[in-house]
Amino acid sequence: MSPLSGNVNRTETLPLKIRLRRAERRKKLKAAGLITPLFLFLLITFVIPIILLLYRAVENPEIIAVLPRTAAAVQQWDGRELPDKSIFAALAADLSLAQKNRTVGKAGKRLNYGITGYRSLINKTARKLSRLKKTPYDYRQAFIAADKRWGDIRYWAALKQASGSYTDFYLLSAVDLKRNRDNKVVRVSEDRALYLTVFFRTFWMSFVVTGWCLILGYPVAYFLSVLPPRVSHLLMIMVLLPFWTSLLVRTAAWIIVLQREGIINDTLIWLNLIDKPLQLVFNRFGVYVAMIHILLPFMILPLYSVMKNISPSYMRAATSLGANPLVAFRRVYVPQSLPGISAGCLLVYILAIGYYITPALVGGPRDQMLSYFIAFFTNNTINWGMASGLAVLLLSATMLLYTVFNRFIGIDRLRMG
Amino acid sequence: MKRIFMLSVFVVSVALLAGAAVPTVGIARDLTIVSWGGAYQEAQRKAYFEPFMKKTGKKILDESYNGEMAKIRAMVEAGNVTWDAVQVEAPELINACEQGLLEIIDWEKIGGQKNFIPSAVMGECGVGTIVWATILAYDADRIKGEGPKNWADFWDVKKWPGKRGLRKSAKFSMEIALMADGVAPADIYKVLSTDGGIKQAFKKLDALKAHIQWWEAGAQPPQWLAAGDVVMTSAYNGRISAAVKEGRNFKIAWKGQCYALDSWVIVKGTPNLDQTYAFIKYASQPENQAISAAAIPYGPTHLKAVDSVDPKIAVDLPTYPANLEGALAVDAGWWVDHQEELNERFNVWASR
Repeated sequence: MSPLSGNVNRTETLPLKIRLRRAERRKKLKAAGLITPLFLFLLITFVIPIILLLYRAVENPEIIAVLPRTAAAVQQWDGRELPDKSIFAALAADLSLAQKNRTVGKAGKRLNYGITGYRSLINKTARKLSRLKKTPYDYRQAFIAADKRWGDIRYWAALKQASGSYTDFYLLSAVDLKRNRDNKVVRVSEDRALYLTVFFRTFWMSFVVTGWCLILGYPVAYFLSVLPPRVSHLLMIMVLLPFWTSLLVRTAAWIIVLQREGIINDTLIWLNLIDKPLQLVFNRFGVYVAMIHILLPFMILPLYSVMKNISPSYMRAATSLGANPLVAFRRVYVPQSLPGISAGCLLVYILAIGYYITPALVGGPRDQMLSYFIAFFTNNTINWGMASGLAVLLLSATMLLYTVFNRFIGIDRLRMG
Repeated sequence: MKRIFMLSVFVVSVALLAGAAVPTVGIARDLTIVSWGGAYQEAQRKAYFEPFMKKTGKKILDESYNGEMAKIRAMVEAGNVTWDAVQVEAPELINACEQGLLEIIDWEKIGGQKNFIPSAVMGECGVGTIVWATILAYDADRIKGEGPKNWADFWDVKKWPGKRGLRKSAKFSMEIALMADGVAPADIYKVLSTDGGIKQAFKKLDALKAHIQWWEAGAQPPQWLAAGDVVMTSAYNGRISAAVKEGRNFKIAWKGQCYALDSWVIVKGTPNLDQTYAFIKYASQPENQAISAAAIPYGPTHLKAVDSVDPKIAVDLPTYPANLEGALAVDAGWWVDHQEELNERFNVWASR
């Protein structure tokens, strides 16, 4: 017996391959166990809510729930002439039950999206019908007697469009489209077309902010990377300090700095450079200033981490080979800092697209971005379908952008630090 | 050692996750009252919250919000109601009531409807608590001499150059524009119900657009007046009076004031239903409403409180007879019908 064979146990008699595989599996399980909490956390607090939110952009439960008989009956209606008595009777039956259950308002709110005033029409009709002493022979007459709008085909077309289980109403509205009476997709009228403009504005403003962040952040990051550590650490703290301050505080501070009798205007007047205060805030200028300031660290940090690793000897080599400093910078330094540029730009751009509180506080109505309207529908009018429709628009645009970015630059080439 | 470390990391993260997922299930919570914050909630604290706590010995949590119904809807839909009584504006009251987010008021528990001004008892789900107004305000320290008297003067940028503050909403902007254009308050909603009327309002707003600075929170107009950002502004009357109390020389032009009602509502499914009723009843007592009106001049809704307000304070209330001349009663029901269309058209107009 060799000395080694004394402590051979049964597992070690198994081939090495299997033992290795078991060890690997154990490691994988351990790793999986460690990420499970995070995975579950993300799933519960992030993935599922987003899926539910997106689902709200197409779900259309109100009419089917409140007016089920009408929703079914109106599907058979051809939409050319006023519906026949049976559909009116179905609506009467639904409304009387809804009046009892106090659910008329839910249907009314949904119908009001289609035609202004539909809500009060349906409320009023439900009230009037519930006061009728005996069942009318002809519900069509009874409805039109209650309100003559029931004789208008438009209201029935809107009811039919609102009574499917799913709807494209919110998604179409998010891109300024709607369905007309013949169920064809058409543009909404000029005085109600808003979101495409806002959508392009969002992208344009984010683009401008990203550009300025790059222009301002690049030299700062460069100096941070080449200065001696004692100085650069101090400067780094000056970059990070605002980064750690609450976004709301910084935005409010900009209002104070930029307002009519704020520091900048007062100083300029005191220096006799201007005689009337300039309008610096509650316009596009103010939004750009505040957003660039808030997003600048997100540009500087990735740039810095990449530049830190660019050896100064490359630049020296380029100049010693005859390149003047400008050419050396352009041909040798910039290409090496590209991963930092793209990481910074992507980060700033994607953060900027979703900006809400800063434009809301320092901007005017012409400077609001898409998130403002998402918040508007979520909070003010509790039209969550519309909020989700706009959110889908924003999310898909961001994904598209990311895909294009990945295709041309490659996400794996990014370096953040 | 390593294994112990990993195990503890796992246990801690699971515990954190569990803690985040199930916050307060099964724990009885304090009565939570939600109102508009700022100078107004300060007045309510003195008039209602603190004396009620002293009387009942139960704690009240008071939170503030900006009128968003989203939180209430989320609470009711999730079945985890953390607000009890909330003070809301009239269109939101109608809207939320129709959506089934609020309890139907049992007036027996408040002490009957007959003691209140008629508009305070109209919503099924609300108990009217104050009459407030959107008024025209300016800083008399900056406008020396003759000040603006009505909304038509608000449009006169030659006589009073400078920016004007207006609330960034179709509500009030449309009415104010039409009043400035000479439409009588009684006809405003009739005119606004027609497409021509809406266009007329926008056309009038167009004329002032370059001079408008839009506000969204009630605290902004007095701040802007004080900072000289705007020369005159629309504002909630109570906020202006509060600033006057602090020594500002702000003046109110009551002509064309738009007055409206705020109500207490009860969030549907609250576990503190009885206590919430007790609070609303307490806050509807005439003597308590009078304390609130003395602290901030919003008109009370209990008939006895209306009569018992100190005459010195009464002249600052939107409900004071002289202030009601040429006033507009905001039509909440009309707004619930028209808000989608007009908000949209207003947003389009504003962002052009």
